[in-house]
Amino acid sequence: MTIPLDPDISPPGTTRFRDAGGIPADRWRAIRGEETLVPTHCCFCGVQCGMYLRVHDGKVFGVEPRDHDINRMRLCPKGLNAYQQVNHPDRLTAPLLRRSRTDDLRPVSWEQALDVTAEQIRRIQADHGRDAFGLLGGASLFTEKTYLVGKFARVALRTRHVDYNGRLCMVSAAGANKLSFGIDRAANPFADILLTDCLLIAGSNVGECFPVMTQYLWGARDRGASLIVVDPRETSIARTADVHVALRPGTDAAFFDAVLHVVIAEGLVDQEYVDAHTTGWDEVKAAVAEFTPDRAAEICGIPAAQVVQVARMFATAPRAMAWHARGIEHHTQGVENCLAVINLCVATGNLGRPGAGYGTITGQGNGQGGREHGQKSDMLPGGRSISDPVHRRQVAEIWGIEEADLPLAGTSMMEMVHQMRRGEIRGLLGVCNNPFVSLPNYHVVKEGYDALEFHAQCDFFLSETAANAHLVLPVTVWAEDDGVMANAEARVVRHRKAQQPPEGVRTDTWVLCELARRLGVGDKFAYTGSEQVFEELRIASRGTVNDYYGITYARLDETGGIAWPCPDVTHPGTPRLFEDGRTAHADGKIHMQAVGWHPPADPYDDQFPMSLTTGRTVAHFLSGNQTRRLGGLVEQTPRPWIEVHPSHGFANGDPVTVHTRRGSATFPALVTEAIRPDTVFVPYHWPYPVAANEMTIDALDPRSKIPEYKVCACRIEAAAEITPVPAPPMPPGRESYAEAQRARAEQLPPTSSQGRGTSQP
Amino acid sequence: MMGRTIVIDPGRCIGCQACVSACRECDSHRGRSMIHLDYLDQGSSVASSPTVCMHCEDPLAPCAQVCPAEAILVTPDGVVHDADKSRCIGCGNCVNACPMGVPKIDLAAKLQFKCNLCYDRTSYGLAPMCATVCPTGSIFYGTLDELRTERPGVEVASTFDIDGTILSTGVAVVVPRDRPRGLPLPGGAGEHPRVTGSPQPAGHLEPNADNVLGEPLP
Repeated sequence: MTIPLDPDISPPGTTRFRDAGGIPADRWRAIRGEETLVPTHCCFCGVQCGMYLRVHDGKVFGVEPRDHDINRMRLCPKGLNAYQQVNHPDRLTAPLLRRSRTDDLRPVSWEQALDVTAEQIRRIQADHGRDAFGLLGGASLFTEKTYLVGKFARVALRTRHVDYNGRLCMVSAAGANKLSFGIDRAANPFADILLTDCLLIAGSNVGECFPVMTQYLWGARDRGASLIVVDPRETSIARTADVHVALRPGTDAAFFDAVLHVVIAEGLVDQEYVDAHTTGWDEVKAAVAEFTPDRAAEICGIPAAQVVQVARMFATAPRAMAWHARGIEHHTQGVENCLAVINLCVATGNLGRPGAGYGTITGQGNGQGGREHGQKSDMLPGGRSISDPVHRRQVAEIWGIEEADLPLAGTSMMEMVHQMRRGEIRGLLGVCNNPFVSLPNYHVVKEGYDALEFHAQCDFFLSETAANAHLVLPVTVWAEDDGVMANAEARVVRHRKAQQPPEGVRTDTWVLCELARRLGVGDKFAYTGSEQVFEELRIASRGTVNDYYGITYARLDETGGIAWPCPDVTHPGTPRLFEDGRTAHADGKIHMQAVGWHPPADPYDDQFPMSLTTGRTVAHFLSGNQTRRLGGLVEQTPRPWIEVHPSHGFANGDPVTVHTRRGSATFPALVTEAIRPDTVFVPYHWPYPVAANEMTIDALDPRSKIPEYKVCACRIEAAAEITPVPAPPMPPGRESYAEAQRARAEQLPPTSSQGRGTSQP
Repeated sequence: MMGRTIVIDPGRCIGCQACVSACRECDSHRGRSMIHLDYLDQGSSVASSPTVCMHCEDPLAPCAQVCPAEAILVTPDGVVHDADKSRCIGCGNCVNACPMGVPKIDLAAKLQFKCNLCYDRTSYGLAPMCATVCPTGSIFYGTLDELRTERPGVEVASTFDIDGTILSTGVAVVVPRDRPRGLPLPGGAGEHPRVTGSPQPAGHLEPNADNVLGEPLP
């Protein structure tokens, strides 16, 4: 029988609901009629998927996929769970202060918190000079906020010591792009991947780090494109790739040089393109001459035939693209690795065409935008150099200060930690970062932070770093403020405020402006909101390589995002670079750079004969501060593990200790043939004592100053007990949400298992 | 087979569990996921595959057939619904009858839950939440023609031999195939890392002193 439909509660257009009675028809009555869908983007990785936040009664309560150009409804588990941060019971809602590190953090008023901060800044700078106070920003901040962090450091603090956690992300790629092309961004939009004939992915576990990008990858493969994956691990995309080059960690430059060697030897170079558009080709040719396939096979630990196979596949494809990520960038030769990939693209003429080019896959949501406007130690807004007198004059004029008052270039994030240890930096303000988990060589990082006379940290959960600070300032999550981010394609997208922040929480912009007022430069920071900051940023970037002048909030609202450079308000933006064959260098040429290879910084010996490499897991984001409290994600990946090859004789779940020259920790083994026998892998999202970064080395690339996270020497051995995962830190007097849940679960009466299909509540 | 249905392509699955999170977010069984993510050959491969209710057609819904409370309804469009909460007695018969291990019993509530093909969405013309978000398209929702337009040459199966019992389902699965034009193999017959040699011994490697921190900075 067919039951009559209730038009109020039945789906529109439905003519037949069901043939038998029983299901209360209103079970599907959601509150859709009363909810608002706020179009915005995910707060996590550099794909910046479009999504709707579901808002009811002024509160974010859910998520709905959004048909945005970038992701076409797709979302990964992080995106689907991100909204749970917004009204999470673990949120910080009052500033917390302690007078010394032995005290407990106690709630104080905002007035008091800001007064203490300003007083400490003045004291430290008066006693030890302006550079004794540092500022560390983050690349998860909106671009407006990263601009403010840079301006605050130079104008309010007048310190040279400002840097950001994007330094740990993709500065190697940025450095290589600047050297070769004079412009620091991916050359092609994601949509170009659909048009390519050969896609090379180097050092990127796309399936776990950028899951939504896989739809482009599969779109290309449905058309018949081939896929080459260069990665020590057999990742989910490597599993079905045409060629998987499982090279030894830290040998990428040698591999790509050898590929170019074969391209040259087999006459597959696009000589016309090289002659017309490049400088430095002869030096590149000379540098790769010694990297024969046999030599690469020996260095990289792969069959020589794979080098030839990759060279032929890439060079003979009508349109080929290379995308790379941290796997080749997190090295002491991170810049060189990226240059080697660029050389391959340029030599084969794969640039500036649909389906042909290169890109870097940004880790952090605003990894791209976060470094464009002066948050980096050596950069001023618009990608200007802080060492260039012309650039300094331009920015000083925009900011209304004397050029002489602008500090010079500072040091990088890891170097700043060493300066803290040595007492050169005595006070620090951290905004939206968690170095206790994200920096390498944990014990050194802790020493550096512990040596600080004053440390204030802005965050919305009590991160491991904030829990160690003197002062914690509770700030908004992404859905509580307006702003823009630039994704991995350099497409600027608009994030929208979906709800008011909880009582006691302020925006990072407000915090910086209030501090500036207390430091006597309030007139330079008289902003009422994000759009006003963005308007200043537009002007500050006008005429530079990173030109945002033509981008406005209104235009972003009308479009799916605009890729910079966008010099005026009628300009459509620049999704694809170099279509006219000209780069951003003054001569318009590609400056090819010769690349060699040197071994990783941490030497192997009898004590430490294997490689440790680190990376991500799909359920967690970077230091895990944002994701290690979200139930679904914790359930999906509750703890780190160690991936080992079966040849070591371990069984799944066995406690295995990994030792390096800096530390050790014990993880359960995941025994798999998907990793090289000479290599182990540990994901890095967890804090000490289960931190991969307790073990990693803080050796830096000399140019980009990125740490060599992706390879260090190690040994493994059987252990008795797995190191337990610590609970996330909580403010005093508040029990962790997870702990509260556990306690409630324990109070429930015991139930008997019914075997398969049983789901415990 | 139903007109619009789910087609699962295990070859594309990256094991991200977006489907699991999405299922938890949809409105028809809020807070619970009705999808399993299965690791197919853990230890030698990273292959994985999502399992949704297969919406069995022949024999028609074994779970519904064995339900003593007649709580599991099958709609004419082929959707096998989860148990009517006002009838379900939480006996677990459906769990034991299902050849795919799909239905779950909430022991405290004494109620069954399972995938109902997101009836709250599909009856509006939307795709199920899992298929909407699946980053790789491993869970596809649409007609076979739509699938073949998007993925030329794809073959699907909706009849399975389970220990000698032949089962036809409303949900289909992409059949692994050989590689025409050197295409990767859906279903995942990739090769394991081929490895030669081992890390070089001490002495061969010269750490770059400029790069190793711990030394005073300039």
